[in-house]
Amino acid sequence: MSLTDLLGSFLLLLAIPFFWGGSLGLLRFPDIYTRLHALTKADNLGLGLVVAGSILMSKEWTVGVKLLLIWLAVLVASTISCYLIANAAHKRKINPWKLP
Amino acid sequence: MITRWGPPKVNHYMWPALLILISVVVGLIRILKGPTAADRMLAAQLFGTGGVAILLILAQAMQMPSLVDVALIYALLAAITMVVFVRRQWGSHENTGEMKDESH
Repeated sequence: MSLTDLLGSFLLLLAIPFFWGGSLGLLRFPDIYTRLHALTKADNLGLGLVVAGSILMSKEWTVGVKLLLIWLAVLVASTISCYLIANAAHKRKINPWKLP
Repeated sequence: MITRWGPPKVNHYMWPALLILISVVVGLIRILKGPTAADRMLAAQLFGTGGVAILLILAQAMQMPSLVDVALIYALLAAITMVVFVRRQWGSHENTGEMKDESH
């Protein structure tokens, strides 16, 4: 096992806490705005670390470019959908959560 | 690439994929609980992102480069799904006072 494989595996393992944090935040947070916050962590950092690890382990550079494009597409999707959902929730007069 | 039939060989790259799959399935409880339709769609989006990550890991683990293309399709469809949901279903009745039932 070469050094890049080792580093890639480490990055893959590092991505797992972000996915767990995303899904636990989705379950535990009180309203939709905070849940959006939790979800984008999993989208950006979790998938970003998976992509970084896969790039290190990929054999051809074209595969690496494709992986970067996938991450870019997910980033764009997550950003746009986060804005759209929060805006629609605001227009529906869903109030942000406050400390009781 | 050698086409191999039967169950794929399990190696140690698959453990991150399994852990991510468990976290995504735990997150799906939000679909059962979620008060609004948007909460349910957030869980679906988490499922999409987790699916992309699992496919990328499996492409490495099983030495199947075509799974990267499948992951690319997933990533592109995730954007379309949320935009269509908000534009057509959830955000179109703004400030009219007549909101549709949020359970569907």
